[in-house]
Amino acid sequence: MIESLRYIAIGIGATLTITSSAFVIGAILGLPLAALRRSQFMVLRAMARVYVELVRSVPPLVWLFLVFFGLPQAGVSLVPLAAAILTFSLIAAAYMSEIYRGGLAALGRGQWEASSAVGLSPLDTARFILGPQVFRVVGPTMATYGIGLLKDSALASTIGVVEITFRAGAEAQRTGSGLTVFLTAGIFYLLLSLPLALASRRVDSRLRARYSIA
Amino acid sequence: MIDDLLGWTEYVPELAGGLGVALKLTAISLLLGYPLGLLLVLITDGSSKLLRGLGLVIVEFGRGIPLLVLLLIVYQGLPQVELTPTAMVSAVVAFTWSAGAYSTEIIRASLAAVPRGQSEAADAAGMSDRERFRFIIFPQAARLAIPPLMNLAVQWFQFSSLAYVITVPEIMQSAYFQGTVTFDYLSVFIAAAFIYAAVTIPTSALVTRLEARLGRHL
Repeated sequence: MIESLRYIAIGIGATLTITSSAFVIGAILGLPLAALRRSQFMVLRAMARVYVELVRSVPPLVWLFLVFFGLPQAGVSLVPLAAAILTFSLIAAAYMSEIYRGGLAALGRGQWEASSAVGLSPLDTARFILGPQVFRVVGPTMATYGIGLLKDSALASTIGVVEITFRAGAEAQRTGSGLTVFLTAGIFYLLLSLPLALASRRVDSRLRARYSIA
Repeated sequence: MIDDLLGWTEYVPELAGGLGVALKLTAISLLLGYPLGLLLVLITDGSSKLLRGLGLVIVEFGRGIPLLVLLLIVYQGLPQVELTPTAMVSAVVAFTWSAGAYSTEIIRASLAAVPRGQSEAADAAGMSDRERFRFIIFPQAARLAIPPLMNLAVQWFQFSSLAYVITVPEIMQSAYFQGTVTFDYLSVFIAAAFIYAAVTIPTSALVTRLEARLGRHL
């Protein structure tokens, strides 16, 4: 039992690598994507929108298989870990852009008007005026999405990334005690998501206190 | 050129049988999952400490453990205690568990969103607890709960792809099989993506419209 625990626990590294890489890359790529949704050019707006809608209307497992099994046909072969990080980053970018969009929509028009009135460039407006306000509002939502990403990372086991679920599968085969082994894996995910859940709740209540949002 | 670009379309009909299984899995697990959600709300808000604890564990495990792991707990775990459900039954159990856990949160939030004054007014009008729930609270909460519960349904259709892992013959299973025969993985998975999108996009649009309609008088 202790042996199984230790064996599965080694997979935590890969699980966290996928989750944190996809979270960071997605959070960065989501920024230009959210900006495109507000572009003055209809074609750019439409392209960003199609990307977001397409990503969200197809299950992550399908994207993962397209990248891992499909791309080699187009000359791009990736090792399982790279394929998983690429897939989840592209998916995260779409969801993050929607989160940012929601945050931007929560700001009043006056923020833009005031910024241009004092002569700030669009980039400075984003950097000094909109950015700080939006990130405060969307922090808890991003943390919640991070938990979703952590759970989605279990899919990487299907293309052979040796993370928690993959190791649990191997251990279940070896010992024959699938229930204990997979419950252990499940509890690892619960424990890993706990810090994010607490952070989200803390930020949320602090913000509510500061801005007296109902 | 056009033939190259549209080569994937020939695989779409091959996946139709998988679509049927995916829809069946989604429908059954939601038909069982929604009532389970309501039951879990009653249990976790109830007076029995034991049931409350049990309900809480079911909800937290159902929401916090990846659905893929829940599937494996049921399909590869239950044989350890001498139960051997088929792949489809395992998928239904795991999906119902998770759907129940998520809908618990939706139902609880919707009930809580009905203003307090409604209960007070019902009391003042001399309604019994039963009447108050049946005629005042429930109809208003249901309006709030229907759109998110339908979004859950769309999400569950997408989740049905996970059942591939435990060999349920749904869309991904059919696609992967086609891939092993033809080695044209790119095309078969594009065809699979097309089927998911073709179901998800119109359904989501419908939910958005319904949401606007139901929210009209709120």
